[in-house]
Amino acid sequence: MTTATLPTRRDEAWRYADMDALARLGVAALDAWQTIAVAAGESVTRCLVVGSDAPEVHRMRVEIGEGASAAFFVTNRGADYTRVELEVRLAKGAHFEFGGVTIGGAGVTREFVTQVVHAEPEATSNQTVRAVHWAGATGNFLGEIKVARHAQKTDAAQDFKGLLLEAGASANAVPQLEIFADNVKCAHGATVGELDEGARFYMMARGVDPATAQRLLVQAFIGDAFVALEDEQSRETLLDAALAALEGAGL
Amino acid sequence: MLTITDLHAKVGDKPILKGLSLHVPAGEVHAIMGPNGAGKSTLSNVLGGKPGYEVTGGSVEFRGQDLFALEPHERAAAGLFLGFQYPVEIPGVSNVQFLREALNAQRKSRGEEPLSGGDFLKLAKDRAGLLKMDMDMLKRQVNVGFSGGEKKRAEMVQMGILDPAFAVLDETDSGLDIDALRIVGAGINAIMRSPDKGVLLITHYQRLLDVVRPDKVSILAGGRIVETGGPELALRLEAEGYDAVMA
Repeated sequence: MTTATLPTRRDEAWRYADMDALARLGVAALDAWQTIAVAAGESVTRCLVVGSDAPEVHRMRVEIGEGASAAFFVTNRGADYTRVELEVRLAKGAHFEFGGVTIGGAGVTREFVTQVVHAEPEATSNQTVRAVHWAGATGNFLGEIKVARHAQKTDAAQDFKGLLLEAGASANAVPQLEIFADNVKCAHGATVGELDEGARFYMMARGVDPATAQRLLVQAFIGDAFVALEDEQSRETLLDAALAALEGAGL
Repeated sequence: MLTITDLHAKVGDKPILKGLSLHVPAGEVHAIMGPNGAGKSTLSNVLGGKPGYEVTGGSVEFRGQDLFALEPHERAAAGLFLGFQYPVEIPGVSNVQFLREALNAQRKSRGEEPLSGGDFLKLAKDRAGLLKMDMDMLKRQVNVGFSGGEKKRAEMVQMGILDPAFAVLDETDSGLDIDALRIVGAGINAIMRSPDKGVLLITHYQRLLDVVRPDKVSILAGGRIVETGGPELALRLEAEGYDAVMA
């Protein structure tokens, strides 16, 4: 199947996308779905740092077999529109873990779009997204969770927090839950705030300069997204990539 | 060491400090006592450079420098330590990471080499021991889940690690039980009692002054120092109350 035309903002999943950047990217790029199948009982972990000077759209379809698990951790720090999309289908007793960070300024839109389908019973999913933006930039998390009628004992969680370092930056969280089973747990939360000035002053009163104080606080804030990643080296790579993007931020 | 001259400051539109003058030379522990709302916490916040506190007049000279020309982190590097009445929780940042960053930032601004991880941990363990605090607590997030007393002890561990020339301690005794008060008081003595260091000890009560014996005691009321005396002034306040002593 090919996408004949570019999506519009009337499409719910493209509501906050950068349409100009999509036009520059071209419609063909939207057909490039990557398919990842995790066989029953297997487990897969993927860590990605995405973003460049040009628009990027990464689309992945993930099938997680019975009792299998898949974990995706992404630092999204493009200097142009950058979108990471995950369509996930969970079989019985499977687990999906997602940790994502969007970070950056320069008026750019960076987003995560997930659709997690709990197709069978007893599967679990956990999504943690953190967005840190400044200089008119936007971070989005559109997270859809679908629970099929017979997918009892589903346990799905979604948590989004935005941190805006300057007025003019924005964060959008769109949780969408479609639940047809009756014995499920689905939790979602979203907050947007600014840097804790009290903590910043406390650090400065101990001699920490403003840039380092900001970096420590941002590091603590985004760290949540990668807590579930056990490999320390990979975690550092993702964190470092995010914090390197912070260098250009105002104080 | 610290000379405050005719200091005026306001919070929002409200003037709080109204011509406060005070001199604390090196080697002196100077206690500031005063009724609620006198301006004690405003004084410590103004000295630390907390945003929201506006200096409208007067000056503060600290170790030969104009204190108000320095940013809060530069004041720390110049040797000023502010002990918080309400230490701030910083989720996601460990005490060890925070204090090592702080110490090395101060060392860097003084042109000194950063302390290695191993040397830092040795120092931290030593100072934690002084305050009878378990090293495991220092590996936890800054003040997160600490009781009121643990937060105050952690403040003193921080002071021990940073080894400042001058400490402004804002109600460090509040929230402490009797044993913790002794430990914290002994910590202040061990870290700050020195001919080349000074302390401004802001407190409501005599009991801390039984452990940390001040050289001088001043009463702050209505945004000014209204009386200065020796340790006996604190005893008189405790016995008679502010109204009687200031009458």
